[in-house]
Amino acid sequence: MKILIVGGGMGGTILANNLARRLCGELKSKKVRLTMLSASDKHMYQPGLLYVALGRAATDELYRDQASLLEPGIEFHVDPVEEFHLDKNQVKTKSGRVFSYDLIAIATGSRPVPEEIPGFAENSINVYTEEAALKFWKTINAFRGGRVVVAVGVPHKCPMIPPEITFCLYDFFRDRGLADKVSFHYTYPIGRLHSLEPVSKWMQGEFDQRGITYETLFNMKSVDGAKKVVHSEEGSETNYDLLVAVPGHRGMEVIEKNNLGKGGWIPVNRNRLTIDGRENAFALGDTTNIPISKAGSTAHFEAEALAENLAAIVKIGSPVRDYDGKVFCFIEAGKDKATYAMFNYNNPPDPKPATKSIHWFKMAYNQLYWASARGLL
Amino acid sequence: MTGKQVIDARGTFCPGPLMELIAAIKLAEVGDEIEVLSTDQGSAADIPEWIQKVGHQVISTSSDSGVWHVVVRKAK
Repeated sequence: MKILIVGGGMGGTILANNLARRLCGELKSKKVRLTMLSASDKHMYQPGLLYVALGRAATDELYRDQASLLEPGIEFHVDPVEEFHLDKNQVKTKSGRVFSYDLIAIATGSRPVPEEIPGFAENSINVYTEEAALKFWKTINAFRGGRVVVAVGVPHKCPMIPPEITFCLYDFFRDRGLADKVSFHYTYPIGRLHSLEPVSKWMQGEFDQRGITYETLFNMKSVDGAKKVVHSEEGSETNYDLLVAVPGHRGMEVIEKNNLGKGGWIPVNRNRLTIDGRENAFALGDTTNIPISKAGSTAHFEAEALAENLAAIVKIGSPVRDYDGKVFCFIEAGKDKATYAMFNYNNPPDPKPATKSIHWFKMAYNQLYWASARGLL
Repeated sequence: MTGKQVIDARGTFCPGPLMELIAAIKLAEVGDEIEVLSTDQGSAADIPEWIQKVGHQVISTSSDSGVWHVVVRKAK
């Protein structure tokens, strides 16, 4: 049996390693062939970009060689897929090779699309790419005071970034002695401060304590860099001196080009992760259209469930469990405190007061991630 | 018009029904209808409020066995 994993990010890598362990005997005996196709020979720990942006990590700390993370027995090719032929159980790669499969899992991820809002890219800073995180650091390092506006594009990866970046910047400027010279105004696209209502309520208390003002139902329409104004779809506008903006996201272009899903998001069953209308094709992580957080932890827990199911399909002919919607997100609440939100399809989160110990656990996880990627944690 | 899209946001908390709708409207064509299914009662108020604020249309709002059905049309 041939299993093909497309994408070497968090979801694809955890899936491949978890599956390789479960199918160790079948891989050794050549009954199963497990192949990963990726666009890069490097693996980036994307959540680390937040710390690069704040001057607390160097970019080279965020990378490992992808091949070094993979279990023996996984065939790895840096050769991105350009054509999906799901009816023929085949893909064609950039190099022109054709890979056939019995089971395929697509984990190609998402990409920021700042260009979709006029004026966004040239007039704001964000933490979503290495280049953007470095620009972020240079900008805040030179900032000497004024009105900081946080604005949020839709949809976006990592739903905790808006509060995290606000709290962390607040502490950053306070530590630089700029507390009296910097004010914060937080905007959010829906009618509260965060998608998760309990997180929103927690944030409101924290914002009120710090004097951070806020405005809801604010969806960026355009940014006027000359006048330093952000206009919203709702008809409002707000002035800024420093615009910290979360870009909207789309799935990867290859998904759109192959008509696998509008916006690059592949429709899947929320429990089994099967691509709609298919039994041997799956998607996970940011790639899916499931209405849950686009976050590393979503990809992580989906990968664990899917690995168990793919291994069961090989061994007993059918999947054995559902993905229950589990997500766990740390929330940095400043330079040295954090909390977390854990939830699934049936249970909302119940964030606790931020503590130093959770922050240090998050800092430890930044290193432990490499064990997660290897499917060990 | 490319037809009616259904967003099944039942039992999901993040990003939530309205955020899903905002994302879907960005990708929709003028005239498209989108139906949001939600178990969050707040959606019945939040979605129409936002839709009217940005100038789209609410076609219907109803509730059936604890599930809210909100149908909207992209108007511009």
